[in-house]
Amino acid sequence: MTTTVTTTSAGQYLADTATLIGRSVRLTRRDADTLLMSIVLPVMLMLLFVFVFGGAVEIDGTTGRTGYVTFVVPGIILLCVGYGAATTAMSVAKDMHEGMVDRLQTLPIRSSSVLTGHVVASVARNVLATVIVVAAAFVCGFRPTATAAEWLAAAGLLLLYVLALSWLAAALGLLAGSVESASILSFFMLFLPYLSSAFVPTDTMPAVLRGFSDHQPVTPIIDTVRGLLTGTAIGSSAVLAVAWSVGLLLVGFTAAALLFRRRTRR
Amino acid sequence: MIVEVEGLRKSFGSTPVLTGVDFAVPPGTVLGILGPNGAGKTTTVRILTTLLRPDGGSVRIAGHDVVRSPRAVRAAISLTGQSAAVDGGQTGRENLVMIGRLMHLSAAESRTRARGLLDRFDLNEAAHRRVGSYSGGMRRRLDLAMSLIGRPRVIFLDEPTTGLDPASRQDMWAAIRELVADGTTVVLTTQYLEEADRLADQIVLIDGGRVAARGTAAELKRTVGGRRLEFSFPSPDSYDVGISRLPGGIGDPGARLITVPSDGSADTLRRLLHDLNGVPLSTVTEHSPTLDDVFLTLTGHRPGSESPQRREVSA
Repeated sequence: MTTTVTTTSAGQYLADTATLIGRSVRLTRRDADTLLMSIVLPVMLMLLFVFVFGGAVEIDGTTGRTGYVTFVVPGIILLCVGYGAATTAMSVAKDMHEGMVDRLQTLPIRSSSVLTGHVVASVARNVLATVIVVAAAFVCGFRPTATAAEWLAAAGLLLLYVLALSWLAAALGLLAGSVESASILSFFMLFLPYLSSAFVPTDTMPAVLRGFSDHQPVTPIIDTVRGLLTGTAIGSSAVLAVAWSVGLLLVGFTAAALLFRRRTRR
Repeated sequence: MIVEVEGLRKSFGSTPVLTGVDFAVPPGTVLGILGPNGAGKTTTVRILTTLLRPDGGSVRIAGHDVVRSPRAVRAAISLTGQSAAVDGGQTGRENLVMIGRLMHLSAAESRTRARGLLDRFDLNEAAHRRVGSYSGGMRRRLDLAMSLIGRPRVIFLDEPTTGLDPASRQDMWAAIRELVADGTTVVLTTQYLEEADRLADQIVLIDGGRVAARGTAAELKRTVGGRRLEFSFPSPDSYDVGISRLPGGIGDPGARLITVPSDGSADTLRRLLHDLNGVPLSTVTEHSPTLDDVFLTLTGHRPGSESPQRREVSA
C-alpha cells in the first residue's frame, strides 16, 4: 500500500539527516527571541566589558579600553558559545518532552538524526554569534595582528570547541526532565569562562581559584585564540586546547548517543 | 487480523502495568481501548508502536513482530500521541512535507500529498502560516494529517480528542470515520465513553493492567443489563444518609450522585423513595445503561464527566 522503504541505506540515512538539519535550521531562523539574543548578547557583552570594566582593568602593565578589547575578545566569544549551548539543550529537551521524538521514533528512520539536526543548527548559530563578536570588537578598537593562517587556526579551534559544547548540550537536553531544567543544567557552561583567563589573567586570582582556572578547558582555548590573534605567548596551550576540545567532543557525543538510546528504548 | 496482541506484559521497575493483555483487530475496523487513568492504555499503545519493549507476550502488526522487526512495523503504522507533535516554528505545509520526506516519499510526492491532506482537513487557508498561531483543534487536525501522509495501514490515536472543545471533537470524529471508510485500521484509546460508543467497532476495557471486558458497545451495555436510577443530593450530609439507605447503590461523593440498578417499574421507584423518606433529594433520573455504567460496574469508578441521555423526574 505504501512505497516506504523498510531498510535504511547510507544514502537514505544522509537524506533523513539532511531533512532534520533543514528542520532545526529553519526553527532556529524563525525563533525570533533566540535569534535576537544571539545577536544582541555578543554586542551587549562587548560594550559592557570594554566600557564598564575596560577602563579599570590593567593587563600586563597597559591600561585603557583599547588594550582590554584586544584581551577580552576570545573570552566574549566563549561566553556566547555557552549561551548558545544552553539554547541547544533547551531545544533538545523540548523535542523529548513535547512528543516530537515519539513521532520520529515511529518513522522508519534512525531517529537519533534529530540530534545531528540540533547540533548543526547550534554550530550555525554560534558561528553567527562569533562573527558578530569580532565585528563589534573591530568597532570598539580591536586590532589583531594575525595572519590568514592564524585566523584560520583560531577559527578551526573555536569550531571544534563549539561542536564539542553543542554535543554536550544535546546530552544535557536529553538528561533534563523538562525544558526548564535543561536551561538550569546548562548553567555551568555559561559560568566556565568567568573562572578562566577570559577576563583577567589567572595570576591575579587566589591560589584555589587559580588552580581551577588553570586546569579547565576554557583557559587553554582562550590563551591559544588570544595568542593566534594578538601574538601573545601560546606555549603548551594549543595542545591542551585541542586535547580538551576533542575530549569534550567524544564525551558529549558518546553521552548523547547513550542517553538517546536509553530515552527511546525502554 | 492486522493487529495481534497475546499475553502482553510490562512492568516499570517493580510496578506491573500490564499483566497479560490479549486482543486482535480485523483490518479496516476501529478498536477502542477504554480504561481509567493509569490502567495501561498508553503503555499498550507505546508497545504496539515500537516505542517501548514489552517484558513478555507477543505483538504482531501487519504481520511483523514489534520486537524483531520494528522498522517494518514503523513503515506500516503511524502514531498520533496525546500532545500534538507538530513544530510551532514551521508552517502546516512544511510540517507535512517534512514527515513525507522522512517516510521516504519523493519531494514531489510529499508536496502533492501535503496539498491533498491540507484540503481534506480544512487547513488550506492556514497552510502557509506557522503552526504556533493555530488553534488547539487545528493542531490536532494537522497532527492527524501528518500521521496520514505515509498512508499507514494501522493508525494509533492516543486520546485524540482530550482537551478539545465539543465542536473540534466532532471534527476529529468525522475525520476518523473518513479514515475507516478508506479502509484504514484504527486503534484508539480514550477516556470518553461517548467517543468509544460512536467510533469503535470493538471495545477493550482495560483495568489494572488486564482486559476487564471486551465486545461491541451494545454487548458491553447488555452485560450490565437493566435500567439505572440516579439520585442526586443537595448536600454532602444528605448524600451520606442516602448512601447508608441505598445499599445496592454505587456512589460518587464528589458529584453527590448515587446510581441504583432498576427494573424500570414504578414500584421500584416508590420503594427506593420510601427508603429515602425524609432525606433531602434534588432530582431522580432514569436512563438506559451507558458505557459509563459498564465502566462504573466493572472498574468501580467513573472515567470522567460524561452526560448520558436521561429522562428527568422531579423529586
